[in-house]
Amino acid sequence: MATAEAPAAVRRSPRRRRLLRLQEAPILALLFLCAALSIFTTVGIVVVLVEEAVGFFREVSIVEFLTETRWTPLFVEKHFGVLPLLSATFLISALALAVAVPVGLGAAIYLSEYASPRVRAVLKPALEVLAGIPTVVYGYFAITFIAPEVLQRLLGQQTLFSALSAALAMSVLLLPLVSSLSEDAMRAVPGSLREAGYALGSNRFEVAVRVVLPAALSGIVAAVVLAMARAVGETMIVTIAAGNVPNLSWNPLEAMQALPAYIVQVSLGDTPAGSLEYKTIFAVGLALFACTLGLNVAAQWLLSRFREVYE
Amino acid sequence: MTTATARGQEWRRRLLLRNVAGVAAGVLLRLAAAAGIAALVLLLVVVARDGLDRLSWDFITSYPSRIASRAGIRSALLGSLWVVGLTGVLAVPVGIGAAIYLEEFAPRNWLTRLIETNINNLAGVPSIVYGLLGLALFVRAMDLGRTVLAGALTLSLVVLPIVIVSAREGLRAVPYSIREASLALGATPWQTVWHQVLPAALGPMMTGVILALSRAIGETAPLITVGALLFVPFDPRGPLDSFTVLPIQIFNWISRPQPAFHQAAAAGIIVLLAVLLGMNAVAIAIRYWSERRRQW
Repeated sequence: MATAEAPAAVRRSPRRRRLLRLQEAPILALLFLCAALSIFTTVGIVVVLVEEAVGFFREVSIVEFLTETRWTPLFVEKHFGVLPLLSATFLISALALAVAVPVGLGAAIYLSEYASPRVRAVLKPALEVLAGIPTVVYGYFAITFIAPEVLQRLLGQQTLFSALSAALAMSVLLLPLVSSLSEDAMRAVPGSLREAGYALGSNRFEVAVRVVLPAALSGIVAAVVLAMARAVGETMIVTIAAGNVPNLSWNPLEAMQALPAYIVQVSLGDTPAGSLEYKTIFAVGLALFACTLGLNVAAQWLLSRFREVYE
Repeated sequence: MTTATARGQEWRRRLLLRNVAGVAAGVLLRLAAAAGIAALVLLLVVVARDGLDRLSWDFITSYPSRIASRAGIRSALLGSLWVVGLTGVLAVPVGIGAAIYLEEFAPRNWLTRLIETNINNLAGVPSIVYGLLGLALFVRAMDLGRTVLAGALTLSLVVLPIVIVSAREGLRAVPYSIREASLALGATPWQTVWHQVLPAALGPMMTGVILALSRAIGETAPLITVGALLFVPFDPRGPLDSFTVLPIQIFNWISRPQPAFHQAAAAGIIVLLAVLLGMNAVAIAIRYWSERRRQW
């Protein structure tokens, strides 16, 4: 009986399997939609930002936006020069990177070339904890410790808010980003290159700086660029610690307002949709999006180049 | 002769210099690695110094108040639970679905590459830009208003790239032989994924999901843009209520000049960090448990 039934079951099975596959088509379509949602998100971001920004640029010329040196959209006498916000964003990011890159790179070299596996297993996750701390906490740290107890005491900073205070808090946030990604890049360098360096009589530091660092350079540069993108888009630290005064100045001890901080400032008030103030945050958001997108694309291009070398 | 000795002396001098430089650099590199840890410790000490005295059961169960000593985080904590819970409900199935598609079914073509590149780029978009999208799309165009749902939809988009990337890593860790065995026994591709691959990848995927949600708990900027309120003296009871979240409550207290509110902010930060610590502990426990249970 069983042997007589088996061929029938086998004969039936291809049709049954085709049927099953047919039933699976909707599931596959659903999964594809989940993945395609990311495309819709990007399209949505671009459409929303451009649409509102176009509305803004109908009322304010792009030339004024890019060359005027005053940003006072919330005052009676309105000026729409984005330069003070842009300069503050870049000053704060540059200062934060000036601290985070050397320290982060040093930590990466230590973790990759010096530390024993046991030390590394503890130190690396501990550093990465810093990246998981919410950014309001860094803002708090800046205005209750960095500004009053370091900058006001040692550097004679006048106000509680300053670009430098925000930058220092941000550098702590960026540190693990730089060190983690740079370390990954350095560990991907084949051991044979190091051994060649040692065989020629180099000491550990010379191997790290003259052999490993150049070989991992594109990955390290990508890490720095990613950190830069993060710094430019970081919102709460600059909102809390840098003050909210648009200020075209290169003095890091002064209060200033960065691009994202302006968006927060307007969002906190109750700005009616369609008003010029409402549109300004989208124009500012578009500037922000363009900056970070450029940096991210550059970083990914560097990373893909770097992968080609050793895989 | 004399030139040879001179050269030897020069060589020894340089070797000494190189060795000194090597030792000095070793010290500096250790200091660099220690700097991050020192910053972490300093941060925690400052927060504990300011906030520990203020922390009490009353602080957790009271509503915010204009009087600093009476202010609490009840509505903010409940708001955070609502928003992050709903974010998980929205983002996790979609993120895992996208990961399954990309890892198990996607053909290698331009569309797949476009989606992958796009997800990488989305991971780098500042969260405040998502806030602007949420404001225009969910709050205005879909007319959800400044509600828990609008906030959760926005945060879902923020964490989606993280969920997708970590879920893909979990799927990739499942050996290919398991899929081949299942297909060889006559299972269809979806049966293979559903009955074999997903259960095997569950542990690492859960870890990634928890890490993504802990990112959502700390997010402030996009929710401010979407219009979370600063002062909420009531409990949010559903997806269509207005809300605030813990980081925004903390931000509100930080922005006030009175030191008493700063203490409340520090106490709020302690609660926030404790929640994050708890979530990370769960993630680590799941990773440990799934690695022990792993059968390959």
